[in-house]
Amino acid sequence: MAVHSERVQTQSPDTGKAAVASIETSAAGGGVKGTPKKSTRSAGGPGLGTRLAPYLLLLPATVVTLGLLGWPLLKTVLVSFQNLNARQLVQHLTEWNGFENYTEQLTNAEFWAVTGRTVAFTLINVLLIMVGGSLVGLLLNRLGKKMRLLLSIGLLLAWAMPVVAATTVYTWLFDIRFGVVNWFLDRLGWHSMADYNWTGTQYSTFFVIILLIVWGSIPFVAFNMYAGLTTIPKELYEAARMDGAGAGKIFTSVIFPSLKPFFLATTFLEVIWVFKAFTQVYAIKAGGPDSSTRTLPVHAFLEGTGAQHYGTGAAIAVLTILMLGVLMAYYFRIILKQEDEL
Amino acid sequence: MRRSLIGRTWPNVIAVVLFVFFIFPVYWMVITAFKQQKDIVSRTPVFLPLDATLDHFKTAVNAPKFWEYVTNSFTVTVVAVLISLVIATLASFAIARMKFRGRKTFVLVVMAAQMAPWEVMTIAVYLISRDNEMLNSLVPLTAFYMMMVLPFTIWTLRSFIAAVPKELEESAMVDGCTRTQAFMKVIFPLLAPGLMSTSLFGFITAWNEFPLVLILNKTDGQTLPLWLSSFQTNFGTDWGATMAASTLFALPVLILFVFLQRKAVGGLTDGAVKG
Repeated sequence: MAVHSERVQTQSPDTGKAAVASIETSAAGGGVKGTPKKSTRSAGGPGLGTRLAPYLLLLPATVVTLGLLGWPLLKTVLVSFQNLNARQLVQHLTEWNGFENYTEQLTNAEFWAVTGRTVAFTLINVLLIMVGGSLVGLLLNRLGKKMRLLLSIGLLLAWAMPVVAATTVYTWLFDIRFGVVNWFLDRLGWHSMADYNWTGTQYSTFFVIILLIVWGSIPFVAFNMYAGLTTIPKELYEAARMDGAGAGKIFTSVIFPSLKPFFLATTFLEVIWVFKAFTQVYAIKAGGPDSSTRTLPVHAFLEGTGAQHYGTGAAIAVLTILMLGVLMAYYFRIILKQEDEL
Repeated sequence: MRRSLIGRTWPNVIAVVLFVFFIFPVYWMVITAFKQQKDIVSRTPVFLPLDATLDHFKTAVNAPKFWEYVTNSFTVTVVAVLISLVIATLASFAIARMKFRGRKTFVLVVMAAQMAPWEVMTIAVYLISRDNEMLNSLVPLTAFYMMMVLPFTIWTLRSFIAAVPKELEESAMVDGCTRTQAFMKVIFPLLAPGLMSTSLFGFITAWNEFPLVLILNKTDGQTLPLWLSSFQTNFGTDWGATMAASTLFALPVLILFVFLQRKAVGGLTDGAVKG
């Protein structure tokens, strides 16, 4: 992620590309790895030092990962079984309360409302990002050199824009009185929009948030799509065209099968990124109006540190991590399957 | 070609519309930052201000503690990226060049760590920092930013190392180098562009980070994203100054990104092809 965040990003948007690239390297590297190890050492089996070397090299990375990623994860789980509010925090009390935080959440209507909203929010975003990104990628492939450069510049700037800066700009674009969006809609003849308060209702707030996310995410998909398209041999298109295939048929029978791994991997990456998107949702209206745009990460944050119910917040966080875990498991299955196929 | 004039024109028309759609928010940010106040609070937007002013940039730069935030952002980001670079170089050399038990597990952990749900782990990070009395300090922020960029750094460096032909290293060792010397003298110099672009991407990630600093450093040790997100509240609705602040914050990233794009993606795909 990201990046951006975020990108990138925070998360950062480049991770996907790196992942795609490295699948290929590892597969290719696998073939090279057959080179006998003996060449690195003279006669006899590898010495103790040689056998330990990789573990020593991995030691720092392992230690910091355990300490700075593993420990917070474990701490989240531990706190989710505690009754930890402002009072306990100040007095440094540890009050275990079993599954109370979980039963409280799982029987709580708001939790399920937020979960359903997060799922719908993710689906809409990812659908728009994937369809939009693919279409822009196809367009890039079809344009002439100059127009392609022009569009690439626009995409690149949107992609590079830091999420916090983009959020601030969108707030300004959608400002009630002096926002350029309201002025434009008014000019188009939609006069009731002249002083429209975009963050006044749930749907209009979501509209701004989704536009912000889709705008920032399409470039990644489009560039990857374009890069993928350039790898499809021209002969395939020609053969399909000779067989009388139209544009739609070419997409379903040539482009989609060739780029299926790309579609699957990117879709899951986008699902994971959007599902845990925090900055955009929080910075536009902090889950408002009336908590109606809270998604799971924002909900966990506001319950946990906003309302100082750390145990409750941690339980929501764990439930969110579990849902993400399912998504990530699917993602890894796709990636690993590809690695075997290659 | 039998394609009609319309058939040849419409992709270009759509491309222009899309170009405007994607670039407009960036353009509007920069242009608002240079506008006179009267043009900002005008019911008819000014799309091309001819009487540009630097007043808003002055307001932003002279805001209380602005330079402190700049220093904090740079310190945290640069230190985090440098540490992760050292740790990642060691680890990625092992997974790119060596065969050992547990290699696949480690690779999987790196892949998973790349998608770590930091956004919902902020509560735990807050509690850990608080228990160690390190709230409002740059130390935990640096440590966790380092961890955030580490998996990506390992991942990317791995493909850069794999892209260096193994024969080069081997012939150095035939000529009498130890493995360490072969790494320092052969691989490391070839790795320079990879290290460069990887660290710049790490820089961008850490520079933009928002949720963690939001929760950890409420009174001290704040960074630019936090400052920017609260700018509007602190300055009323001074959109000119807010956009000037956004521009100042986004500019380094935009420049780095444009500069990096071709190089980094090229490097990654080269790595993929040559393997």
